[in-house]
Amino acid sequence: MRFIRKTNYQQDINLIQHSGQVLWYGLLLLAVCSGPLWLGRFLLGEFSFVFIYAIAGLGMMILVGYTGLVSLGHAAFLAIGAYMHAYLLGLGIPFPLSMLAATVFSALIGGLIAIPALRMTGIYLAVATLAFAKIVEFIIERWESVTGGFRGLAVPKPLLFGYDFSAPVAFYFVCLVLLLGSMILVLNLLRSPAGRAMTAVRDSETSAESMGIHLARTKTLAFTLSAAFTGLAGALFAHRLTFLAPNAFDMYMSIQLLLMIVVGGLGSLHGVIFGAIFVGLLPQGIAIFRDMVPAGLAQVPGLEPIIFGLILIFFLIYEPQGIYGRWCKVRLFFEQFPLYRKSTYKRQKSFLRTERLQ
Amino acid sequence: MSLLRAESLSVHFGGVKAVQDVSFDVEQGEVFSIVGPNGAGKTTIFNLISRIYDPTHGSVEFDGKDITRVPTHAIAELGIARTFQNTELFEAESVLNNLLIGCHVHRRTNLLQELFFLGAVRRQELEFRETVEEVIDLLNLQSYRDQIIGNLPYGIRKMVEIARALCLQPKLLLLDEPSSGLNPEETDDLSFWLEDINQDLGITVIMVEHDMNLVSQASDRVMALADGQLITIGTPSEVQNHPEVLRAYMGD
Repeated sequence: MRFIRKTNYQQDINLIQHSGQVLWYGLLLLAVCSGPLWLGRFLLGEFSFVFIYAIAGLGMMILVGYTGLVSLGHAAFLAIGAYMHAYLLGLGIPFPLSMLAATVFSALIGGLIAIPALRMTGIYLAVATLAFAKIVEFIIERWESVTGGFRGLAVPKPLLFGYDFSAPVAFYFVCLVLLLGSMILVLNLLRSPAGRAMTAVRDSETSAESMGIHLARTKTLAFTLSAAFTGLAGALFAHRLTFLAPNAFDMYMSIQLLLMIVVGGLGSLHGVIFGAIFVGLLPQGIAIFRDMVPAGLAQVPGLEPIIFGLILIFFLIYEPQGIYGRWCKVRLFFEQFPLYRKSTYKRQKSFLRTERLQ
Repeated sequence: MSLLRAESLSVHFGGVKAVQDVSFDVEQGEVFSIVGPNGAGKTTIFNLISRIYDPTHGSVEFDGKDITRVPTHAIAELGIARTFQNTELFEAESVLNNLLIGCHVHRRTNLLQELFFLGAVRRQELEFRETVEEVIDLLNLQSYRDQIIGNLPYGIRKMVEIARALCLQPKLLLLDEPSSGLNPEETDDLSFWLEDINQDLGITVIMVEHDMNLVSQASDRVMALADGQLITIGTPSEVQNHPEVLRAYMGD
């Protein structure tokens, strides 16, 4: 067991709170940085994909997990980021600039969407964002001079000083660095007034407002930041796809983004990473599963969504806190071994209004 | 000069006249209680002052400024803090974070500074924490600092809500039934804390309260309402013995 003796308020503000975290996060960082040494070419690509998902997940988590606004249309921001990036690369703009422009443009659209969305919450907002995603999909299909429509749009290689950054190792590090940078920004946000205002809006709008929090401004900010991170992920995603077509950004993608953070654990950044690993690697897991079972079962069409759905239902019933919730329990078990009692995390029925739809 | 002045305040919800033509003044530094049977319009008056409702007629003036039409979130910036009848805390957050949100009105940093957590943000966080710790010491909440609100008993939540309001460093504190759900000892503690808040911190308090012992112990003046109308304003004993008040509570 670890007992942290607090002697300074800085200890509650710092990102790293005790020496154990230095060790474990240090080891994790070492492991991912040395990835190209021990991951094969294929797995390296898969992990880059997980990092991209995690960046989009950060965007989703800001909006859904921390501000309590549910979006079923985030594939649209992914698409906006991807197409904008590909289009600008095609004009010969260097890739870091074009990535930045894609992020900013996506953020602007996010801010615009927030204006009508401010009037809605819960299921109504989810439906409205779904409609927004459909509109964006439609625009991409029809605006052929820019997006190529159904013919698709080839993504130019990200070249800088003659070096191709879409090569597996380079791309892995581009994704990793952007993910780490994004995570630090989100962590900073969460420990400062703007982030606390978001969680306040999530938990009680009335009370947030009477604490002096501007509801409209806070929600707009959440939408904007969320769209920015998702747009950045979209720009990276474009290189992963190498060829953009409208059907890559359909409703299934939006739902996958939402599922990612629900399965990972709403309201935690660990949840984003767990969820990204889950969503990013599950198709590979299913492919391996297909090889193991008899051919008759393996050829069932739509196996992927079925397994996805089953896992989601399993989580909603048995582990609403997601993979991160389970992680906390397992960690506590080892910390308190052999004194851990199962009842520590027993869910209690509360008769106060504490269980809200978040 | 009075700190808060309500002039012929009325609010109608369709045909329901929740508050009709109520005028009162609250002096700087006093504890002003609002009493009345259920449905008398006490909480409605709170919601009018804190701008959750728009009044149908009348005006509210705070600190020499007309606040009848200012937006809801601006009320806190002017120095009015409130608690809610059934507690409206941020349930998924720790006590510490709830209290830090109370400091939100004193925010001076912008988003860009916060995203990069520059020095100004860190200094501001430390300053907020000092404010929060002073309030924690005042209300004896030390042992609950890192607990999640959802796990706390009701009495503690009530105190955390008062603490959060105090973190705003308000001029005027609106307490909506602070003693509901508290046991007799907790209610006694509450009356001492009210005295501390009022006299040591110099905060003017308006409270809606049913517990007549607490009302007569703590308040300087009392306003009695029934069916949305003002009956009388006076000292606690005057109001308790007023024939109209007795009729409102007991019937004829």
